[in-house]
Amino acid sequence: MGRSLQIDSQGRLVHLLTTEGLPAEMIRHILDTASQFVSVNEREVKKVPLLRGKSIFNVFFENSTRTRTTFEIAAKRLSADVINLNIGASSTAKGETLLDTVWNLQAMDADMFVVRHAEAGAPHLIARHVKPGVHVVNAGDGRHAHPTQGLLDMYTIRHYKQDFTRLVVAIVGDVLHSRVARSEIHALKALGVPELRVIGPKTLLPTDIERLGVRVFHDLAEGLRDCDVVITLRLQNERMSGPLLPSAGEFHKAYGLTPERLARAKPDAIVMHPGPLNRGVEIDSGVADGSHSVIMPQVTFGIAVRMAVMAILAGNA
Amino acid sequence: MRIDIRNARVIDPVSGHDATTPLFIADGRIVALGSAPDGFRPDRSIDAKGLVACPGLVDLSARLREPGNEYRATLESEMQAAVAGGVTSLACPPDTDPPLDEPGLVEMLKRRAESLRQARVYPLGALTLGLAGQKIAEMGELAEAGCVAFFQADAPLTDLNVLLQAMRYAATFGYAVWLRPQDSHLAHGGVAHEGEVSTRLGLPPIPVVAETVALHAILELAEATGARVHLARLSTARGVALVAAAKARGLAVTCDVGVHHLHLCDRDAGDFNANMNLVPPLRDPRDRDALRRGLADGTIDAVCSDHTPVDDDAKQVPFGEAEPGATGLELFLPLVLKWGGEMTLPLAATLAAASSRPAAILGVEGGTLAGGRAADLCLFDPERHWIVSPSALASQGRNSPFLGLEVAGRVVTTIIDGRVVYTG
Repeated sequence: MGRSLQIDSQGRLVHLLTTEGLPAEMIRHILDTASQFVSVNEREVKKVPLLRGKSIFNVFFENSTRTRTTFEIAAKRLSADVINLNIGASSTAKGETLLDTVWNLQAMDADMFVVRHAEAGAPHLIARHVKPGVHVVNAGDGRHAHPTQGLLDMYTIRHYKQDFTRLVVAIVGDVLHSRVARSEIHALKALGVPELRVIGPKTLLPTDIERLGVRVFHDLAEGLRDCDVVITLRLQNERMSGPLLPSAGEFHKAYGLTPERLARAKPDAIVMHPGPLNRGVEIDSGVADGSHSVIMPQVTFGIAVRMAVMAILAGNA
Repeated sequence: MRIDIRNARVIDPVSGHDATTPLFIADGRIVALGSAPDGFRPDRSIDAKGLVACPGLVDLSARLREPGNEYRATLESEMQAAVAGGVTSLACPPDTDPPLDEPGLVEMLKRRAESLRQARVYPLGALTLGLAGQKIAEMGELAEAGCVAFFQADAPLTDLNVLLQAMRYAATFGYAVWLRPQDSHLAHGGVAHEGEVSTRLGLPPIPVVAETVALHAILELAEATGARVHLARLSTARGVALVAAAKARGLAVTCDVGVHHLHLCDRDAGDFNANMNLVPPLRDPRDRDALRRGLADGTIDAVCSDHTPVDDDAKQVPFGEAEPGATGLELFLPLVLKWGGEMTLPLAATLAAASSRPAAILGVEGGTLAGGRAADLCLFDPERHWIVSPSALASQGRNSPFLGLEVAGRVVTTIIDGRVVYTG
């Protein structure tokens, strides 16, 4: 899925739409490239001229400050010109179609679009309609995919655990609405993780998720046993009550990650979270700020991974 | 006008006739199969060597987009598409804008359609006023204006008391009630079959129970009221099993399936191909296979094109925002032939599913080549292969899941009321 659209006949990455179908070598190439940029980011002058003269448009049809900012920083450190557009509040409100918006921006000689959209598949649609040589990066589409987040999580896991082929990884919480979880699952499978678990109530796990190669647990304590990596997902405010869950409190009681529960995992387990955190809902402060947490390094690595993706797409890495 | 058709393989699904026999038409009627009536002198003779002659197809659902959606398609374009597809009778659903809920609209549509002198158009009246699901429409007035049944189309009908009363009222006068079984709460916001594909693509799902829960309610109400109920567009294996069980216990329900659902499944959505966004959603391969078998064994009474022309602008958007539906009139015959061929059915049985069987559901003429009946027929070349492309379609809707693919079977001539209305 997505393979033909994002990888050309020579095996080059031309868009990054999903981690599904990305070969392990491609993922490793992205992570290796990112590790070079990590050192750039530690320098006094955090800038390389790889994308000088290139125009990167951050086109966000759904509001996001955090993700947009990380893409903006990544592009600027590659010396690209960055233009931020929050379309959520402008064009579509005027009735302009998604493709009209993109074609207009393309006419301004965009080299790359970083797209976030509330509808699954919107970046695919754009990728099918841009000129050759223009690249699309999916920065999150509906519940479908958030591949740069998935890749930065792979970077983080590799940084702390090196070998994917011996790991037990658990993803906890609202998998149903999570594009991050889907992107992680495909990447972890590609990298050879032998035991991948999802943990949550039946209302928050999508139907047939086990067909993606994961084991399903409804009991948190059982699912955390012997885990090397625990990924907690954000529970969106609007999911905390309504037909899927009775309350945030009850969710925390059954699925909140507390220090006591984390003790079920391996002693050197790492805890990850894509942010922003709901402290006291999906994760306790004792865990989020504790010795197992690698949540802040995730953010730091995120810049390098996004730099790597943009540089590779532009053919400069 | 007297026409004789020679050398065609003549198939009448009602009698089971399947042989190369001459066919004679006079004064709009079929006068004889086999030997010419005494003194028959044709005004026109058609040599149909290599062609199949069969009753014109009867389509239980073709959206003509009038009134209200003329930018999508016009009566002229879609009536042309019908005859180009060998369709000589069609039922049009009431989900126009405004909906077909008052006699004036129905009369206007019928008059407009009749003036084109092409396919016979049988409007389906709105079951409820404005299709809003609250008040029952004036069924008597609408029937008088020409409606052959009453349909809620894809609009929700959440208040089961309204449905109960609508069925009782319809049963009083013997009107047929058509319903597409889908619980609107269970389907709420969904755009794809709930399963592995919707999970992978992150598309909001429509579970199987959205169909089966609605079916249970409809079948229970049909049994209680004695209303003549037709179930439109089944999509699930469990739904087919429920209908089979209802029929086995003697309930007089009928049902249909859309022709695309005989060939496609959720996996075909691929990289979010919006042309695969259909109503009901394309489901699991097992569901598709159950629909194929159900139509072959008679559990499902008929197949329809479910023709829904949608303009490019409404499809060139993300999958979930796309207007659902596919153009179908001109793909109807090839896709029915493909199903029948793959199921190794005799050609007469294959064609029955799209002619005599739907005609029986509508209770209208057509679907047979019996002597004395209206001369509505089509001649097609079963071996002619063609590529589905916008330029190959007369319909204004070019939204097809089969774009770029090759299909077999092309209509050569369509005759309605003994008049040649299409030559391809």
